[in-house]
Amino acid sequence: MVRPYAMTRGRTTSAGQHRLDLIAVVLAEPEAGDPESDPTLSPEHVDIVGLCRDTPQSLAELAAELDLPVGVVRVLIGDLVARELVHVTRPVPPAELPDESILRDVINGLRAL
Amino acid sequence: MIFGRSERGKPPVEPVTLKILVAGGFGVGKTTLVGAVSEIRPLRTEELLTEAGRPIDDTSGVEGKHTTTVAMDFGRITLREDLVLYLFGTPGQERFWFMWDELSEGALGAVVLADTRRLEDCFAAVDYFERRSIPFVVGVNCFEGAARYPEDEVRQALDLDADVPLLLCDARDRETVKEVLIGVVEHAMACAADRRQSVTT
Repeated sequence: MVRPYAMTRGRTTSAGQHRLDLIAVVLAEPEAGDPESDPTLSPEHVDIVGLCRDTPQSLAELAAELDLPVGVVRVLIGDLVARELVHVTRPVPPAELPDESILRDVINGLRAL
Repeated sequence: MIFGRSERGKPPVEPVTLKILVAGGFGVGKTTLVGAVSEIRPLRTEELLTEAGRPIDDTSGVEGKHTTTVAMDFGRITLREDLVLYLFGTPGQERFWFMWDELSEGALGAVVLADTRRLEDCFAAVDYFERRSIPFVVGVNCFEGAARYPEDEVRQALDLDADVPLLLCDARDRETVKEVLIGVVEHAMACAADRRQSVTT
């Protein structure tokens, strides 16, 4: 049993990282190389890079997969963004609804499920 | 020379992600509904105790405790390689409502799941989405053995605006859940069209 924020060395926010949405998508940078060889990264950091190497993953999925609280994963992602090991794509901003054509695709996709 | 992994294949597609919230009282079938259309996973959040939770979250004796764990369900529906819909079951207990603000930001819309035996359990959710102008539909979960009421009566009891869709569903049944979700997207489109019109006229 490790207290969750021990992994972030007690930090609840990370530098320059505003709150990432639960469905913001994280992708490993192609140049990320081998993060395992970096002694300054925690195993959880390495896991995140590994998980989003081939498949983009949302913050919610990473937290569920690693069984860590969302807040902890947010901080860890912030570290990785600062190190340029991953980048994050943000969802459509709240005020503007996605394109109507996308919404039609969603409806058609749901029908086809 | 390091070429990285993209050399081996095309880089992964960055998907467009959307979210729909599933709200309603405790035990109304939110988890069942999410599970009917997607693989379901529990999500843990450690939230700082906020002013909202302070009167209820009694920390006397454990003054060092500043966070509380909120668990909720979420599901992923991959519609296309580049289009992913996430469903989030909102925490039922009212003291976790501070979570809703984060969840509802950027949400396409919401389903308020209702049980006709305990309609009052979803008043708060209806109120929440109305106040924030988040498009929502009411899904009446038809529990076996529960009396069926005419749509008008349920609408009246919930004091719903005429344009809010009300759909009967069975949270266990994939087909009816799909219809409810399609209802949310269609309603969100209609609301957006209304807004555009009111801006131009």
